[in-house]
Amino acid sequence: MSFFRRPLVLFSLLVVVALAFFFFPREGDRPDPFDGLVVLDRALSSEPESLDPQLARTTQAADVLRDLGEGLAGYSPTGELVPAGAISWTSAEDALSYRFELRREARWSNGDPVTASDYVLGLQRLVDPATAAFYAGQLGSVLNAEPILRGEMAPQSLGVEAIDDYTLEIRLERPTPYLVALLTHPSTFPVNASGLNERGEMNVNAGELISNGAYVLEERTTNTLVQLRRNEQYWNNQNTAIDVVRHHVITEEMAELNRFRAGELHITSNVPPESFAQVKEEYGDQLHVYPYLGVYYYGFNLTKPPFKDNLPLRQALSMALDRETLVEKIIGRGEVPAYSFVPPGIDNYEPPQFSYANLTQAERNSIARSLYAQAGYGDDNPLRFELRYNTSDTHQRIALAAQSMWKDVLGAEVTLVNEEVRVMLQNIRDAEITQLFKSSWIGDFNDAQNFLGVVEPGAPSNMPGYENEEYLELLRNAASNMDLERRRLFLEEAERVMLADHPVIPVYFFVSKHLVSNDVVGWGDNLLDYHYSQHLSLKPGEQARP
Amino acid sequence: MKTAIARAFAHRTVLVSASLLAIVAVFAFLGPVLSPNDYAETDFDELRAAPTLSDLHIFGTDNLGRDQFVRTMLGIQVTLAVAFIASFVSLVIGVLYGAVAGLVGGRVDAVMMRFVDTLYALPFIFFVILLMVAFDRNFLLVFVAIGAINWLDMARIVRGQTLSLKEREFIDAARLGGVSLPGIIWRHIAPNLVGIVIVYVTLTIPQAILMESFLSFLGLGIQEPRTSLGSLVENGVGQIESASWLLLIPAGLLALILMCFNFLGDGLRDLFDSRSSA
Amino acid sequence: MLRYTLRRLLGAIPTVLLVIVLAFIMVRAAPGGPFDAERALSPDVEANIARYYNLDESLPRQFFRYLGGVLQGDLGPSYRYRDTTVSELIADHLPVSMMIGGMAMLLAIIVGVALGIMAALNRTAITDRVVMGFAMLGISVPVFVLAPVFMLFLSVKLQWLPAGWSSTPGPSKYVLPVISLALPQIAYIARLSRASLIDVLSSDFIRTARAQGLSQGSIVRYHALKPAMLPVLSYMGPAIAVILTGSVVIEEIFGIPGVGQFFVRGALNRDYTLVLGIVIFYAVLIVLLNLIVDLLYGLIDPRIRARR
Repeated sequence: MSFFRRPLVLFSLLVVVALAFFFFPREGDRPDPFDGLVVLDRALSSEPESLDPQLARTTQAADVLRDLGEGLAGYSPTGELVPAGAISWTSAEDALSYRFELRREARWSNGDPVTASDYVLGLQRLVDPATAAFYAGQLGSVLNAEPILRGEMAPQSLGVEAIDDYTLEIRLERPTPYLVALLTHPSTFPVNASGLNERGEMNVNAGELISNGAYVLEERTTNTLVQLRRNEQYWNNQNTAIDVVRHHVITEEMAELNRFRAGELHITSNVPPESFAQVKEEYGDQLHVYPYLGVYYYGFNLTKPPFKDNLPLRQALSMALDRETLVEKIIGRGEVPAYSFVPPGIDNYEPPQFSYANLTQAERNSIARSLYAQAGYGDDNPLRFELRYNTSDTHQRIALAAQSMWKDVLGAEVTLVNEEVRVMLQNIRDAEITQLFKSSWIGDFNDAQNFLGVVEPGAPSNMPGYENEEYLELLRNAASNMDLERRRLFLEEAERVMLADHPVIPVYFFVSKHLVSNDVVGWGDNLLDYHYSQHLSLKPGEQARP
Repeated sequence: MKTAIARAFAHRTVLVSASLLAIVAVFAFLGPVLSPNDYAETDFDELRAAPTLSDLHIFGTDNLGRDQFVRTMLGIQVTLAVAFIASFVSLVIGVLYGAVAGLVGGRVDAVMMRFVDTLYALPFIFFVILLMVAFDRNFLLVFVAIGAINWLDMARIVRGQTLSLKEREFIDAARLGGVSLPGIIWRHIAPNLVGIVIVYVTLTIPQAILMESFLSFLGLGIQEPRTSLGSLVENGVGQIESASWLLLIPAGLLALILMCFNFLGDGLRDLFDSRSSA
Repeated sequence: MLRYTLRRLLGAIPTVLLVIVLAFIMVRAAPGGPFDAERALSPDVEANIARYYNLDESLPRQFFRYLGGVLQGDLGPSYRYRDTTVSELIADHLPVSMMIGGMAMLLAIIVGVALGIMAALNRTAITDRVVMGFAMLGISVPVFVLAPVFMLFLSVKLQWLPAGWSSTPGPSKYVLPVISLALPQIAYIARLSRASLIDVLSSDFIRTARAQGLSQGSIVRYHALKPAMLPVLSYMGPAIAVILTGSVVIEEIFGIPGVGQFFVRGALNRDYTLVLGIVIFYAVLIVLLNLIVDLLYGLIDPRIRARR
């Protein structure tokens, strides 16, 4: 027995020593590689899957790319379109061509000047089928983009031309009033030819990626960290305050919040719903909630009963959904109830609303009940259907709330089906067993067309399978109309027509939610939720890391 | 003298943990019947209410204002079902498979264990996703799937134990005496495996329960509005600070159930032990 | 011994092949594809991407193309992480997982076995109950509760340890993940070794030894310990694998760049090549670990070795 006392003591000692070794004082932890530098720690909610601007797909990749690169235009901290790689632009009378005058002092991180041919290369690369870019369709309205995408023409025939080193011309197939906004997207960023290999693949290794933005790539660990360092060659380098930007990839919202609270992050990408009230109380001054260009909606499968050709039923469900309660009590993070599909705040657009937007919920409920009866359902013959949503706590809470609202108001029996997201998407696409499904749309740029195009008949994003000639016609008219005012009227009329058909139930409009440390200066809330690191700085004295 | 004390203690442990489990089980099945509340009924005016006697929300309410007591009891039912079905599946397959492999040995053993190795190397989550898709998310399948994964461990352990048992003289003696293979398994191997199998089953039950909660963590667990203790705990984790009862009560019950199973297993083991040596 | 090892290794080839075939079929049978998103791609773009990754070919062709690549050591590109190949992902992230898994395992074995022995030798004493009570707790709390609670108290409240992996270059970032990962295993191993030692101590040959007047210490040291460790050893193979993949939660919560996270993510993302790559890697690892365990078994229990 005594034999085991001794080794046990030894073991315990070993363990204690090992642990003590770990418990180094935290300052000793860091043989500070950032000594004397201003370091910003911010969070990404998922891995930026590619830092090749043409290959990137997610908003997280775009967030990093906006730090690394620069397009013809960009955004100010408060979301106004501002010149970036170009200093000015003009469009022709017919609005079918644009000319951009480029910034002469712009440099790549290897010292090369950024020229018009670099932009041409980037745009050709985007539509080249061999690149297999996700955003290749983004530039569909540029001359020849679509045939190139289908492999019918060479990428060089794209309607983009370098008139001289600092003048770029883009020719269009059809008027595109939001062209400049499109050109802020990373997929349209220029490319330095010396960064491509013989197969046209970009070298995206840390330390080797050639970029033209405020930062260069210093270090990268998949699913953990993307670390950027100031680009000394950047034309606006003297106005860049942050030396090192560390984009931490944190997928767990609670972990992200904890890291903010532990002083390890300056900016979070989100705030977990369960902790929102507590965060608001504790960090009210550091909590930033702002409208965001996105709509959360339930889509009907319009190709199958019970929702096919049954407008009263669809309208009844929409009216019986108490969006105010949902937004205030169930989600409760400042979201806005949606009575239209296009979010408020879009430039040059006033969303029309459902006719019942201004009624009280009680009034809506009583109309909903009579519509429900009119559709052929009642207490003895209740509507039974499935609501699909992809696995997530928030979707689930909303679905549960909707389920009980439809039960209480109409007596409808809703079965909730939560599926893994890809299974759900497959089921929606098959349109066989799907009846009502959860979806959302995040705007790529600030234009109503981007939202109304979602349910455009024939579009791949039109998951409900909405068909309406009049709607299509109005969208076409808007697309071919250069007069902004008339275009606006066409678009608004289109939305009115679409809303009346109820192909979807808009539920709420998104808000962006960030915790931004008090040490951060220059943060601006904006509709697109873009926050360039180069616009930010840290309070003097707070530059030493937490 | 010593064995008598051990036996008495073992009895007490078995009694206490078994009766605790029985009490929990009775509550789990009676609670929802006695409570005026429904597990799926939401109340948007009573979101995340702390435990209170009003409306008999004695465990409080959750994010949707649903009665946490009824939900917890329902969760216990599901969790107990997971424990029994999954462990039973793994027990039956694992013991048979492992004992046969260990006893027959040689080529058969090699092939059988290679098959286990192969199954081990399969990504379990796919197995479950496919199962859930193919069979329309029948929740019984989750349990069977968990059990069907767990038998692998059981088979390996039983086989290892059989291998070393096989070397003992009494097996050789039995074999020389002309006892058939099933006879050897039943009369000589199985009784000697009881100890380790029981210990292992007590390890599988918590494992099965934890596995179910891991599935809930990934969103592949039981379909809402039904729930399990694991998914209640998972939901509660995010609210440690804001609504601690949503974590503490289900987590405490989960721990209690797991501990009871463990103590029960230990007690039973000691009981077998003292009998066989008495 | 060498011949046995070689035979086992050769015999593993069909296993791995079977694993590849099964995994390929299962991966492809799952509904949905790697590039599905709520934001649907236009058919042209989708076709270009499918062509880029040869996903437009027939399934058998894709399989043989993939198999050909694997035989040449190429596990293919990752669909989700477009900047890297599967081989790079595994090579970059394995060391971290190994490090954390290895440390957790080591901690679990040392502490677990020590606790198990201590409890077994003091069966009626308070030690047993304290140790086993601790082991019970360790088993009874899911890792996804343990880890956030540790994080909340040790990182957020007390600020002793970093909450996230990428927040510090120092070794302190290992503490919470390793402990969270090791704790349930400690409990596991403690129970297993306690049960096994008690079993062995009540067996006939120990009684003989005791009758010969050997002290408890030398009985345990020279006779009981080795056979008592067999079940623990048996558990090692699966345990290491469990730690490697079971670290999914830990890696997710602490933001650790290990391979565990890719396992589930790859599956959910339908990142076919990544999933297959990890499955193959995992299969090879399991085969090797089992081989090692069996070899060790032979070393500890000479009778088994003799039978070979």
